[in-house]
Amino acid sequence: MKEELLVTARGNELIDPSLHIWTWEVAMYLFLGGLTAGVMVFAALMTVLNKDEEAPFAAKRLALLAPLVLSAGMTTLFLDLEHKLFVYRFYTSFQITSPMSWGAWILVVIYPISIMQILSTFRSGYGFFAGFADRMTIGREILDFCERYRRQIAMVAIPFATALGIYTGILLSAFGARPFWNSGVLGPLFLVSGMSTAAALVALIARHHSEKALFTRIDLGLIVVEIALVALFLINLATGTGQQIDALQSVLGGPYTLVFWVLFVGIGLLIPLLLETLEITGVSKKLAMLAPILVLFGGYALRQIMLDAGQESSWTHYDTQYNSELLERLHEENP
Amino acid sequence: MTRFAMVIDTRTCIGCGDCVVACKTENNVPEGLNRDWVVEATSGTYPDLKTEFRSERCNHCSNPTCVTLCPTGASHLWKDTNIVLVEPEKCTGCKACIAACPYDARLVMHPDGYIDKCTFCHHRVEKGMDPACVSSCPTRCMHFGSLDDPSSEVSKLLKTREYKVLSPETGNEPNVYYLL
Repeated sequence: MKEELLVTARGNELIDPSLHIWTWEVAMYLFLGGLTAGVMVFAALMTVLNKDEEAPFAAKRLALLAPLVLSAGMTTLFLDLEHKLFVYRFYTSFQITSPMSWGAWILVVIYPISIMQILSTFRSGYGFFAGFADRMTIGREILDFCERYRRQIAMVAIPFATALGIYTGILLSAFGARPFWNSGVLGPLFLVSGMSTAAALVALIARHHSEKALFTRIDLGLIVVEIALVALFLINLATGTGQQIDALQSVLGGPYTLVFWVLFVGIGLLIPLLLETLEITGVSKKLAMLAPILVLFGGYALRQIMLDAGQESSWTHYDTQYNSELLERLHEENP
Repeated sequence: MTRFAMVIDTRTCIGCGDCVVACKTENNVPEGLNRDWVVEATSGTYPDLKTEFRSERCNHCSNPTCVTLCPTGASHLWKDTNIVLVEPEKCTGCKACIAACPYDARLVMHPDGYIDKCTFCHHRVEKGMDPACVSSCPTRCMHFGSLDDPSSEVSKLLKTREYKVLSPETGNEPNVYYLL
């Protein structure tokens, strides 16, 4: 036997009995960050590939979602901070070894690129609002400028949006102290998942049949790649160190088995894969709406499950009989 | 870089927890939180059981992942030593350092929200004193000093006794040593 028992009281908040520092706020940010990356990449790709006719929504209007979705994500991320007044400290230094610092600065670059991306198709995508801008000389000049360089802006957007998508995964995989996250596959996995959710979003809200069909096909391809990356991730942990093999047990019989295999792999990957295949082959189109919704759900489920299972995985495992509620009860009885 | 180390003799530690109380008193650690703790580790098969007591805290690693992963530089090394401190004015409370510590030794200091941890009592070390936990140990099983000085007590103990550190395979190069 090997028993490691805490003999002095230790009930450190968010750490005992097992680490649980990050909750839905961070999972939501990782999800929305990935979605933003996907939105920007597709908007840019449709521009670069001249798909204005075939995919009018993605080419002209989709880009508007990027800063909105990203701002929502940054809001939830802000909610997670414990020392909120000092949030500006992310921008008073650059720490080259910290993925979080890289992320903070990537976000700063993403905003202007994304705004320029919107403006480059503002007249064709949002004519009504562009009309207001056109009434002013400066507004007209800015729109003219962005339209002229639409292609170049798109070419710049692709690598930066890709960096945003990958970083959300690297952010977790850089924690060597959390064996469940310690796999380089997380970066590509989160990028592909983010692009898949963005493709699903387009398939969900685009009006033209041809565009829906195009993005359903794209999404199908991305789901296949994502399944392969999930398999590589599992193989990576299963053939890793003792700590990684231990950590993997949380989804192979441990507490996250059901949510991982049913909510993420089943409902978030396999069912959409089936539905989209049926749709493309023309067998059944009745459930065309359902697949993208499930993909979006699966994208969030992936982040939440990864976040939860990863935090709990650790190098140290102590048993403790200390119960912090007893301390509170003592206070209630002796105020 | 001056490397400070703590050397704890598991043969003379009786697990009394005085180090824990001394730390809470010296550093005004809020109720319910602990910067150090005592572990009773039992291994073997009955009747061949072996028990060791370990007083544990931040390992003030030579390769501290909590410092490398901090996005703002709030987690830093004190005055060119291996003592890891947190600058509250730079800390956003993002909790990356908590996730980055393989020893789960860092904690959120409530209600203020910045990250708190063992400081090796650098305010005492600065005056040439030992950390509070070391000073208060009734069995004198805890030792503190510089590993750069070959004549220091900690250097001599590590030269003459068998020792271990916790999970050396983390690569963090922890500086709290346990004599076996």
